[in-house]
Amino acid sequence: MSNDGSLLGEERFESVDQVRKQLSEVNYLSDEGIAGIVFLADRLGKPIMVEGPAGTGKTQLAKSVSELLGARLIRLQCYEGLDESKALYEWNYKKQLLRIQATKAGDDAVDWSDLEEDIFSNEFLLTRPLLEAITADDPVVLLIDEVDRIEVETEALLLEILSDFQVSIPELGTIEAKQIPLVFLTSNNTRELSEALKRRCLYLHVDYPDLDREREIVLMKVEGISESLADQVARIVRSIRQLELKKSPSVSETLDWARTLVLLGVDNVDAETATSTVNILLKYQTDINKAMKEFKNEATFRRDG
Amino acid sequence: MADDSGSIRTAEAAASSAGDAILALLGGFIVELREAGLPVSLTENLDAMEAVRHIPLEDREAFKYALAATLVKNHAHWRAFETVFEVYFSLRGKEYAVDSDGDTLDLDDFDLGDADGQGEGQGEGQGQGGSGDNLSQEELAEMLYQSLMRADQPMMRAAARQAVKRFAGMEPGRPVGGTYYLYRTLRNLDLDDVLERLMEAARQQSPETLTPLEERLEHDEYESRIEELKQEIETEIRRRLVADRGVEAMAKTLRKPLPEDIDFMHASREEMISLRKALQPLTRRLAVRLARKRRHGRKGALDFRATVRSSLSYGGVPAEPKFKYPRPSKPEIFVIADISGSVAAFARFTLHLVHAIGGQFSKVRSFVFIDGLDEVTRFFEGSDDITEAIHRVNTEADVVWVDGHSDYGHALEVFWQNYGQDVGSKTTVLVLGDARNNYHASQSWVVKEIEQRARHVYWLNPEPHAYWDTGDSIVGEYGVHCDGIFEVRNLRQLERFVDHLV
Repeated sequence: MSNDGSLLGEERFESVDQVRKQLSEVNYLSDEGIAGIVFLADRLGKPIMVEGPAGTGKTQLAKSVSELLGARLIRLQCYEGLDESKALYEWNYKKQLLRIQATKAGDDAVDWSDLEEDIFSNEFLLTRPLLEAITADDPVVLLIDEVDRIEVETEALLLEILSDFQVSIPELGTIEAKQIPLVFLTSNNTRELSEALKRRCLYLHVDYPDLDREREIVLMKVEGISESLADQVARIVRSIRQLELKKSPSVSETLDWARTLVLLGVDNVDAETATSTVNILLKYQTDINKAMKEFKNEATFRRDG
Repeated sequence: MADDSGSIRTAEAAASSAGDAILALLGGFIVELREAGLPVSLTENLDAMEAVRHIPLEDREAFKYALAATLVKNHAHWRAFETVFEVYFSLRGKEYAVDSDGDTLDLDDFDLGDADGQGEGQGEGQGQGGSGDNLSQEELAEMLYQSLMRADQPMMRAAARQAVKRFAGMEPGRPVGGTYYLYRTLRNLDLDDVLERLMEAARQQSPETLTPLEERLEHDEYESRIEELKQEIETEIRRRLVADRGVEAMAKTLRKPLPEDIDFMHASREEMISLRKALQPLTRRLAVRLARKRRHGRKGALDFRATVRSSLSYGGVPAEPKFKYPRPSKPEIFVIADISGSVAAFARFTLHLVHAIGGQFSKVRSFVFIDGLDEVTRFFEGSDDITEAIHRVNTEADVVWVDGHSDYGHALEVFWQNYGQDVGSKTTVLVLGDARNNYHASQSWVVKEIEQRARHVYWLNPEPHAYWDTGDSIVGEYGVHCDGIFEVRNLRQLERFVDHLV
């Protein structure tokens, strides 16, 4: 695959604009920053660390990229207590035992060292997502989701694969990647990730989209929505996000709300509709009260003015 | 002749070493980032240099994102990065260069006039070869208004440039920071009034009266446009400052501290906002970290019974010691905070933080004082909205006794009289304040009494260490009775203290 002997292989993208165009073809509206960093990740062969509030399309980005490349998405969902037998590889103990027993039942000629070599071979290795991603022959995109959920010590598991794209297995030696997959790590920032991990990645912060982009996302993702309604939805959501809330509405919640409005046959959002459906956008009672109060306050303000 | 050939040679050398020039430029940029406090490692440095090779250099935005992706690994550092970037590359780019083009204003491009007498101004402008200097103040205001109305970016930029030129009163070589000029410009523009005008226009345009919701939305829309304009103005001021005094000098003056390094006592309004934004993820991270710390690590005391029991299986040899399940007790926290003017922000942040991670303590009670003292725990109870509670603390707490100047002595005395009996052996008492007592009696015996009864007494002082015990500060007098006095001037120090506390 590679023409200059490097591991990088063929470049997947021509230019930033191409990334952007292709992403929008698979219904992911990117902006300059997102497209630029995906492009760079491909060129530099580095993982992308995507950080940002929940529900802004971090995971979706990885999915969309894999879709546009026609690559298989390999996903490692992180959780507290994840260890190498779940993330990297595991020996298939049962099969190993069976092999040992099978050899015993047969003739005695088999040497122990032969047997040892035999049971610690590829045949008895169970690949887990990380190993699978680098040994795959077909194009893959690796998604390591919510990496902030694992403990700091476990992060070390990721370091070798992220910087050198290889996995060391004591019994087998080092397995090197046949290709460098695009790697996405997502984080909700519940804890500070270690410097070592951050250093190996390109950093992308995905925030709530601005007004225009949100409107376009709504138009693209919600079927049968009129432009004026999408515009209203985006503007109301922007206003709500400006309040100090426990949890600001995410993009996915915006989309849910827009879909609801379409289903209800609303084509002009007034205060009443907003009030009755706001629980789709906001999930805390205090937030809902605050938003309601805020919109009512404006009314009194206007009467004064 | 010799001169000529020399210059040609250097030109050729320059062309061939264009790549090197960029690397040198980047090197300087990275030094500046480090100066601003961003942690940039060597690998990241190399990555950045590799990254810019793949990015068309004339695309400023792409260039910026490429650098950010490789150099900035924490979103809270973005502002600081952006400022350094803008300063460092402000004069390196076509549209940003300070030349005659940049300063003149092509009125032809902007159709100012509807029918209200603007035609004349326009004609005049053309006659002058497109210079905007002869715009009257009203015309400039009108131009500004129109650009905001139509969200016309180029026009807004031109108006911003004109406004800075006219109102900021910038003089070469004057050692004044950008904020001063920004303030002067904005004062002259009176943007609040402009916003009101925009709203009025919106009301008239709409066929029916605006519903409150629509009103609100229009308002937010115009506000965001005005925000854009302010940024244009800031950019323009920065550009001029850099042109005047050079990149290195300005990078130093305009440097924006990272949110965790912002001094509580001297934070500007804008910095306060970024502080507040930084506080929320901080509390979440702290809570997770503290909970984990409690769950993992350290075993409990030796469980003698269980050890003997398990020794039976080894023939009575206690081969395997057993430990009790660890139940570290959660501390009980009393916060006594000075909320008088100078230290109010600090008290607010600490109260917010302590209550936000309240689950890590068995009980949190807070008291605030100026010269009188009031318990404010009730504001935090039953409401999970801390911001709201803090607001009520500031407005409803009864903390003034005589004149509203800090009196630590009296406040502590009141605390001891009313709540002293609640302080027990599990209580950790935090006193927040600069201990500037306006020369009242210190009553430091109260702190001594508290210390004898409580588990720990800590004093958090938002002033730099060098200022302690100067003037009317008597922190030393209280300090001798405390288990520790901590300088807590920014979020970083606050976080470190809370970590230590649990």
